[in-house]
Amino acid sequence: MVKKWLEKCYVGLIFFLLYAPILILIVCSFNASKSRTVWGGFTLHWYTDLLQDAEVMAAVQTSLALTTTSAVVATVLGTLACIGMAAMSQRKQQAVMTLTNIPMLNADIVTGIAIMLLFVRFGTLGYLSMLAAHITLGVPYVILNVMPKLQQTSKSIYEAALDLGASPGHAFLRVVLPDILPGILSGFLLAFTISLDDFVVTYFTKGAGINTISTMIYQQVRRGINPEMYALSTILFLTVLLVLWVVNRISAKQVRETRV
Amino acid sequence: MRKPWRWMNRKKQAFLSGPYLVWAVGFIVLPLLMVLYYGLTNADGGFTLENILAIGDSIHLQALWQSILIALGSTVISLVVAYPLAYILSKKQGERSGVIILMFILPMWINFLLRVMALQMILSNTGILNAILSFFGLPAQHLLYTRTAILIGMTYDYLPFMILPIYNAMCKIDRNLIDAAADLGAGNLLIFRKVVLPLSMPGVISGILMVFIPSISEFAIADILGGSKILLIGNVIEQEFTTTNDWNLGSGLSVVLMIFIFVSMAILNKNDAEGEGQMLW
Repeated sequence: MVKKWLEKCYVGLIFFLLYAPILILIVCSFNASKSRTVWGGFTLHWYTDLLQDAEVMAAVQTSLALTTTSAVVATVLGTLACIGMAAMSQRKQQAVMTLTNIPMLNADIVTGIAIMLLFVRFGTLGYLSMLAAHITLGVPYVILNVMPKLQQTSKSIYEAALDLGASPGHAFLRVVLPDILPGILSGFLLAFTISLDDFVVTYFTKGAGINTISTMIYQQVRRGINPEMYALSTILFLTVLLVLWVVNRISAKQVRETRV
Repeated sequence: MRKPWRWMNRKKQAFLSGPYLVWAVGFIVLPLLMVLYYGLTNADGGFTLENILAIGDSIHLQALWQSILIALGSTVISLVVAYPLAYILSKKQGERSGVIILMFILPMWINFLLRVMALQMILSNTGILNAILSFFGLPAQHLLYTRTAILIGMTYDYLPFMILPIYNAMCKIDRNLIDAAADLGAGNLLIFRKVVLPLSMPGVISGILMVFIPSISEFAIADILGGSKILLIGNVIEQEFTTTNDWNLGSGLSVVLMIFIFVSMAILNKNDAEGEGQMLW
């Protein structure tokens, strides 16, 4: 009994420590006083300020465009790479996988600097350099999610489809693609998250005057306290909660349907 | 064994990897070669080892040492905190267990700079922590802009990265093994030592990697919570590129950092391989 109670207390304590800072941010975003310890009354002032802040809105726009584009390109590149790798010898596959692991294992700061040097030398820093960096960060996650699915896909069903008169392309679309689709989707989601959350690589590869949400927050935090950022945190936190809730509902529904 | 799917024409199919391979050479290999090139040359383009050997300068050596200490500290603290938590959570299998573990991973999806900002707010001299302390009549703590603040920040930020792999490894442990050990007369402590602990090691190793690697090269947390007073190796490299503009030196130090990371990873993975061999007995 005592052990059970202790375990519950421990889980509760860690939970509290993880969420207390986030909770405080949310409370402060509604605080009319700029002070962090004095409650000056409820306000939505910081939210309206945030929405009218051109710098913030530009960063949100850049982030959304960058993240979506890079995740889509990374997914296409990664999926094609996996299909190609399936036809390679074991040794060649291993070589490609080693190459793929580099950006995942290397320190972000080195990846960022490396791509920055490339673009400074052979191009210019700006939206395109950020895009290239984000695609590079995302592809490994797509490959790691698609490759296992592809290896589980049975050759005989595909051959059966061919025997029954399907063209290779058609058989691929109807037999192989549905099998690897869950991997492609989770790869896409991971690439999306990695890109949205990245700060270090973006920091080095972004050109002057362009910001994503991450680099904008960094600039703001260094400048000092700005309650607008608390409001932004709250909005982002609630968005994440909502997205996870929806994803959870969809996957729960899928589980129920496959059971039936 | 099922044969993996393959198109009829292997050569044609392998070509589909082409775009990615070109991409990887262009944006993974080439940039790293550029870092190497800059690291091994001086401003005039002549070959030199100075930028690599510069890690021996007392400022750089101290920064590297500080980084190692803080990264080790946050890795050890997260391991100590996460291991019991993952153990407790993994015992509760059921409908809601997925949601519960999700709750502990959730903070990972919130931009880490916002979480660091929250800590900055809590730890500052006029912050909430000191308000609570003074409420209880305790002396105020000057935590912000100290090494402790950076340590707290990194631990807080990377804790979910430690919880998840350990939890996953523990969920994979076959219940029957534990039951069998109990049937054979092993006590709880012995079961933990001989069954749970060794079988959770792969999770522990990947948890250590996932906390140690990002924290050793971190510069933003140190910048915000350390107030640019405390230089980690990440800060030194960042400043060489953004303020001092000595790209050769920055690249040289990056090469050292990269080697350091890959060596520590190799050591950990080697230990892991040995650990798995022992598990058979």
